[in-house]
Amino acid sequence: MKKIAFLLTLLIAFSACNSDDDNAAPQFLISVSHSHNWDGENVSSDDIGITEFTNENGEVLKITRLRYLISKVILTNSTGDEISIEGTNDYNLVDLSDNNTLNYATNIVVPPGTYKKISFVYGFNEEDNVSGAYPDLNTANWNWPGGMEGMPNLGGGYHFMQFDGTFAGPGIGDDQVFNYHNGTARVSDGVFEQNFITVTAENLSINSNTVIDIKMNLAEWFKNPNTWDLNELNTGLMGNYNAQIRMNQNGQSVFSVYLGD
Amino acid sequence: MRYFSILLIACFFLSCSSSDDSSNYAPTPVNLEIPPLFNTLLLPPLIPIDNPQTLEGIALGRKLFYEPLLSNDGTQACANCHLAENSFTDPNRFSTGINGDIGTRNTMPIVNLAWNFQNNFLWDGSASSLEDQANDPIENPIEMNNNWPNVVATLQATEIYPELFEQAFGTSTITKEVVTKAIAQFERTLISGNSRFDQYLLGDNNAVSVQEINGFNVFMDENRGDCFHCHGNEFNPLWTNNAFHNNGLDASFEDLGLGGFTGDPLDYGKFKSPTLRNLAYTAPYMHDGRFATLDEVINHYSEGLVYSNTIDPLMKNIAEGGAQLTDSDKADLKAFLLSLSEPGFTTNPAFLNPN
Repeated sequence: MKKIAFLLTLLIAFSACNSDDDNAAPQFLISVSHSHNWDGENVSSDDIGITEFTNENGEVLKITRLRYLISKVILTNSTGDEISIEGTNDYNLVDLSDNNTLNYATNIVVPPGTYKKISFVYGFNEEDNVSGAYPDLNTANWNWPGGMEGMPNLGGGYHFMQFDGTFAGPGIGDDQVFNYHNGTARVSDGVFEQNFITVTAENLSINSNTVIDIKMNLAEWFKNPNTWDLNELNTGLMGNYNAQIRMNQNGQSVFSVYLGD
Repeated sequence: MRYFSILLIACFFLSCSSSDDSSNYAPTPVNLEIPPLFNTLLLPPLIPIDNPQTLEGIALGRKLFYEPLLSNDGTQACANCHLAENSFTDPNRFSTGINGDIGTRNTMPIVNLAWNFQNNFLWDGSASSLEDQANDPIENPIEMNNNWPNVVATLQATEIYPELFEQAFGTSTITKEVVTKAIAQFERTLISGNSRFDQYLLGDNNAVSVQEINGFNVFMDENRGDCFHCHGNEFNPLWTNNAFHNNGLDASFEDLGLGGFTGDPLDYGKFKSPTLRNLAYTAPYMHDGRFATLDEVINHYSEGLVYSNTIDPLMKNIAEGGAQLTDSDKADLKAFLLSLSEPGFTTNPAFLNPN
């Protein structure tokens, strides 16, 4: 019995040594974080329905709902190899009210060093934006009208964002609503323009476990380059081509991405 | 080495004796019958790991669903307020309990609940699973007014139930947990996915009328019905988002809805979006059954919206009362909504009273 126990101990000891002896370069874990601000002031779920924000045009608004889609988070190393940073899918439906969607770990590990770029897509690119293709997004009712013959058609695929809220009207109790919904832009019957945005940051270094921090400045949706007048553009914007394109233009300065510890 | 041999022999005998324990308990696994559109467009149904669907469990749950012994005086079953012919809701605005007490909310239909991935059931989201949901009506003083020790003792004293629980769960000792598990298994089989509109989506162009297609266009038009943001679309065959909204019914709230459960004032007046399936059988409508007809429902969203602090921004033109649909749009929308009803669901023999 003693002999068997000794042999067993020896075996375990050698197995352990084996894995320690790998002598591989250190690998660092990647996680993803989505954070939100209004011109630098942090915005969180605690602000929903409570905090008043003043947009560039002077309207005072409250956030009721903020959900948006981020896809294709990709880290590119110095030799040009792409590392797809996946959570549960190749996309993430971010919901300001649900902290589980704001921070998530991945099982991606990368070696230390300098990386050429980190990039992601706000929304889906044309190839990925396929009507009905993603069961979890269908269940979340995230579809954008279109995609089936004979059905109402705004280009199909999925919403990129639903930013809903209220803004002050002329008197108490006169609050108005807005649905800043973004997705494929319908030019005319059967003619559509892709409306996604690719965001990139270049020349980054990784020397420890790293958080990819994707930041959204909500104020930018309303000001740059188009000063957004909520009194004019508040609801019914999904099929409004000009509104959709302006959202895309303003969206170019909404996002930024950083690597942090 | 001798000790090692003894250990091996002991393990062998232990494993033998544990399989002897399972004697007659061999429930038959059952897969839910998933409609084709659900299969391709939705995530798989949510089946709790500790309550898999079995032939015996479903049959027991069905029997219990129709069992009046669950109520305090043995007069009322789940099915008294969840009628199969009404898509498992109550045609009365409020249900009446065993003592003649009247409820304050319209009974919710039981349809496609295995696809409620948010796991929040009832109008106010206060039940966290189908198993949990089955607790309340039994204990609620204005419903079945019973208590679990009494339910368990009553079922245990019958000739038939201990054996049925043995077959379904491997124990003839009845508990609250196995009763609610069985009922939940049956409720998960209440699947509706074969309406005329489903058939249309599956390729039968003759399944719906031109008016019904026009109605779907109203439904999907953000500037007219804009129903799709809460109630599904051709790629979400649940026809609900299973979320909570204040849909502009009242300026102030007697029933706080979700807010009464969470305690958060921002949730006051929010109620679960119900599925639009089987509306032909589920009148009256809204959480309090205030609308007797679909026409009244459509008129509400068209002209009847009322502002309150928590109103959902998806309610449009609130100052004018709503979407301002034309009579023609209203008629088309109603026709489309009714095309989501499935007569076969309400008469499915597998769902009817087995007792």
